[in-house]
Amino acid sequence: MPDEKTVQMLLEGIRDTLYMTLTSTALAYLLGLPLGILLTLSRKDGLKPNRVIYGILGTVCNTVRSVPFLILLIVLIPFTRALVGRSYGSTATIVPLVICAAPYVARVVEASLNEVDPGVIEAARAMGASNLQIVFRVLLVEGKTSLLAGATITTGILLGYSAMSGTVGGGGLGDIAVRYGYYRWQTDIMVITVVLLIVIFQLIQSFGNGIVKLTDHRKR
Amino acid sequence: MDKRELLSAEHVYKYFDGTPILQDINLKIKSGEVVVIIGPSGCGKSTLLRCLNGLEKIAEGKIELDGDMVDPASKEICRLRERIGMVFQSYELFPHKTILDNITLAPIKVQKRKRTEAEEEALKLLERIGLSAHKDKRPSQLSGGQKQRVAIARALIMHPELLLLDEITAALDPEMVREVLEVVLDLAKEGRTMLIVTHEMAFARAVADRIIFMDEGRIIEEGTPERIFEAPETERLQRFLDNMSF
Repeated sequence: MPDEKTVQMLLEGIRDTLYMTLTSTALAYLLGLPLGILLTLSRKDGLKPNRVIYGILGTVCNTVRSVPFLILLIVLIPFTRALVGRSYGSTATIVPLVICAAPYVARVVEASLNEVDPGVIEAARAMGASNLQIVFRVLLVEGKTSLLAGATITTGILLGYSAMSGTVGGGGLGDIAVRYGYYRWQTDIMVITVVLLIVIFQLIQSFGNGIVKLTDHRKR
Repeated sequence: MDKRELLSAEHVYKYFDGTPILQDINLKIKSGEVVVIIGPSGCGKSTLLRCLNGLEKIAEGKIELDGDMVDPASKEICRLRERIGMVFQSYELFPHKTILDNITLAPIKVQKRKRTEAEEEALKLLERIGLSAHKDKRPSQLSGGQKQRVAIARALIMHPELLLLDEITAALDPEMVREVLEVVLDLAKEGRTMLIVTHEMAFARAVADRIIFMDEGRIIEEGTPERIFEAPETERLQRFLDNMSF
């Protein structure tokens, strides 16, 4: 049975992990959602096709996404330090997490918004809706269910990536697993952190699924 | 009745990847007139409707609504589309919104009308089409015929000067066709200006002031329902009518 100090450490680990995962998801959406909307609008079959904008945004997204997270984590150290003052700890980890996830979010949003029935968009256009009105009143509303499902998946991925940042002192449960489980051979702590990560992941997924189900009015 | 010219299309041409879809279309609709377009599938009927409210760009020609140019590239196109109601073959209701919200979305957001006023009118329209009891349901809970009646109400609440109906019964089960067509007949009696694309010949005959027969992107014949159905002048129309009857 782990002693009080270990329990304390694990609780802090959970807190840090949740902090990193949720904050980075929120910030990734802050960047990724508008990017995804722009991608959707500027696509060849979008409301305002623009090859140049779509090309540039798409290339940026693909480039960042093709860099493995662990590499991104290291490459971004100077940038992280300049932004938050240091390169280790959970707040610092949020920087590479957001940069890694934003382009992913943009693509997920693009895919979700693309699923909105073009006929419904056309109906909105026929009613005299402007592109901006279509984005906010039709695309985001009708794509809501799919957007939320995407956000759930993104949160799960960021949970995993936040744990990966433990290898470079990122804080949270991953950090604990690396420091105690890997460097000190304390397998029990390693197992506990893994179990905790699994539980958190399950909770995020169930919570997300619940919300998705609540907002889906398409079926009877 | 006011007989001024509401819509005019002159020498309209449209191509898809070089293939002509509309060729030299000339069309005038007077206020209060009901014009029905018939013709084989793929003859450009639907494309013509979509050009008339600027959903599609035309290659050549000129389209005007009450003297205002319909040009998809212009800034005014949204204001223009507001004045032209359109109902589609597959309803295109917003699946996540209630029936009431489906009807009131555009008047509130596009026309900036007050919610209370828009809802009041929406409820009147729902009563008229006999769907008041369904106002809080979602489209998926309605039958095809009910959905299409809601789509008509959604177009009417905008007070359009012209209604475009694009094969609105084509996706319906046969037993639901009548309930939708009766609503349209009712609108015709009220003096609404409508341009209707349909494959229901008996309905075309009953509702139309004038019928246009299109084939291969051109207007082949045009005339009163009696003239078109009883004395077709071209072989193509004759053949089309023969194929439509059993």
